[in-house]
Amino acid sequence: MNLAVTANIAKTHLVAKKKQTIIASLGVTFGIAMFILMIGFMTGVNKFLEDSALTSTPHLRIYKEVEANRPSVLSSIVDSNELAIVHHQKPKDEQLNLKNGFNLVNTLKQMPEVYGVSPQVTTQVFYNFGPTQISGMLVGVDITDEDKLYDIHSKIKSGKMDALLSAKDGVLMGVGLARKMNVKTGDKVMVTTPYGNTKLLRIIGTFQTGIGQIDNVRSYCNISTVQIILRKDTRYITDIHMKLKDLSKSKALGSMLQKRYGFKAEDWETANETILVSFVIRNILTFVVVMTLLVVAGFGIYNIMNMTVVDKMKDIAILKATGFEGGDIVSIFLMQAVFIGFLGGIVGLVIGFILSYLLSITPFNAGEFMAIDTFPVNFDPKFYVFGMVFGLVTTVLAGYFPSKKASKIDPVNILRG
Amino acid sequence: METILQAKGITKFFTDPVKFKVLDNLNFDVNKGEFLSIVGKSGCGKSTLLYILSTMDTDYEGSLMMKGESLTGLSQNELARFRNANLGFVFQFHYLLPEFTCLQNVMLPALKLGVYSKQEIEQRAYEKLALLDMQDQALKPSSKLSGGQQQRIAIARALINDPAIIMGDEPTGNLDKKNTQIVFDIFKELALEQQQTIIAVTHDTDFAEKSDRIIEMSDGEIINHGR
Repeated sequence: MNLAVTANIAKTHLVAKKKQTIIASLGVTFGIAMFILMIGFMTGVNKFLEDSALTSTPHLRIYKEVEANRPSVLSSIVDSNELAIVHHQKPKDEQLNLKNGFNLVNTLKQMPEVYGVSPQVTTQVFYNFGPTQISGMLVGVDITDEDKLYDIHSKIKSGKMDALLSAKDGVLMGVGLARKMNVKTGDKVMVTTPYGNTKLLRIIGTFQTGIGQIDNVRSYCNISTVQIILRKDTRYITDIHMKLKDLSKSKALGSMLQKRYGFKAEDWETANETILVSFVIRNILTFVVVMTLLVVAGFGIYNIMNMTVVDKMKDIAILKATGFEGGDIVSIFLMQAVFIGFLGGIVGLVIGFILSYLLSITPFNAGEFMAIDTFPVNFDPKFYVFGMVFGLVTTVLAGYFPSKKASKIDPVNILRG
Repeated sequence: METILQAKGITKFFTDPVKFKVLDNLNFDVNKGEFLSIVGKSGCGKSTLLYILSTMDTDYEGSLMMKGESLTGLSQNELARFRNANLGFVFQFHYLLPEFTCLQNVMLPALKLGVYSKQEIEQRAYEKLALLDMQDQALKPSSKLSGGQQQRIAIARALINDPAIIMGDEPTGNLDKKNTQIVFDIFKELALEQQQTIIAVTHDTDFAEKSDRIIEMSDGEIINHGR
């Protein structure tokens, strides 16, 4: 093989038929650009939905499960074959308290696989502002711990998160809830617990997680404030939220903690099974769409490259007649294919990036349900590398097979037509 | 006399649309430095024979020897190398590469052979073009020339590697009387002085008459060996 000569022939072919070269490259360009746009958009949406679901839910939630149904004392002393009926047995007044909760929190914080732990006191409350009464949740937290888990400070819409640290009667309210009650930062609201305790709280800020179920019901207070409202001691906590360094370990760690401490430890997967199924389906959908796109783009590229070679059949016969070997012929077309694939691929990546960027700044109003202003687009470099490799491999194969075939047949069979 | 080409029992079938015997058991020798014409009516198989002799058609029965080397059954690549170094072929239609200049068309087989440097090859290409009075057209794209001019470029290309055997399928078919004479003289001179062997298929009886030997074919058989 004589690379300098074949390279020169390849170059001459490309330069002499600029239009054809450009059209062939455009075939690659469009395929790759569409691939980049589609996969960026689809995975962007998936990632956004997954993230927004994940960021506001704990990987593990430890709480005390209240069993309303308990066997009567009578049934424990009477034989099972004798009839004993207890009417109207009332449930026991069980404390939701996690016993020795703060010690547990400290132990959990020491574990190497744990990213963050946030102890909470949660209670249902009525918010009263003037005549409005809205039911919701009041969550007592150490705001620094909670921020580490849920990135609260980036979700503050008005006021300041840190103000909660120094305000005994401060409350950080979900935007949906604040809007329903028509209150602003600085206003005061009355909260009433199911036990009838009331307290006047001052709104020191509002937050928006992007998930309606949270923004419309939840408010944050200091743990001590909620403990006071509930008339509980300072060791009283009802929930421990945890985030792990590796999400996939939550199930295993959850069952381990449940066994060791006797509290219910609910992992993310169990709590969000329906969401998980929808993620799986969406990922399959993305895969199908992207595969279809790649197959279509691949065939387009293959056709165009194939045509460029078939177009040159007679030239191949002439080259062979004057003494060029099969390897020379293949190398001539491989070099052209690599050039076309490379040129088309690079331009395709650039166009794909520009389209993706334009999409990512296009305003999009998802309503109150989601905190999103523009379309979510994923700019993962992995896709760009894959797109480039795919474009190159397809063009090279599309150049290789027909030229390999042509290099094997007698030149006279081509010339005779 | 040294035998440069030896064909034994060359038989060829066309199978499409029906099986048809084009060449029937042809046996002949060609000597070194001989100027041979193959004549015959259209469809008698003379072009088919020439393509087999040129090694561009490997689908035949019988055996072919050139320069003492058996060429039957060699791989495509071995045949390509042999053609490159030892054979020059002029097609009925010029068959130049349209994207290249005339000079590049002539140079390509030599660049492939890679014996001389690029400068030497270019110089030699100019010499061959000058031989055919085409040196002024050297840098034009080959597609811009007339049919006769292209034919002469194709002849220059066939000569570039100083092949032992030059084959032509109607090499002067597209040329006027004057240029036919020029080409004939070149062939004659090559045969006489360089001891290069010329095998030309032709309809031109004048051209054939003046060559050293005529093989006459009819219906796939040689009816006159010219000896």
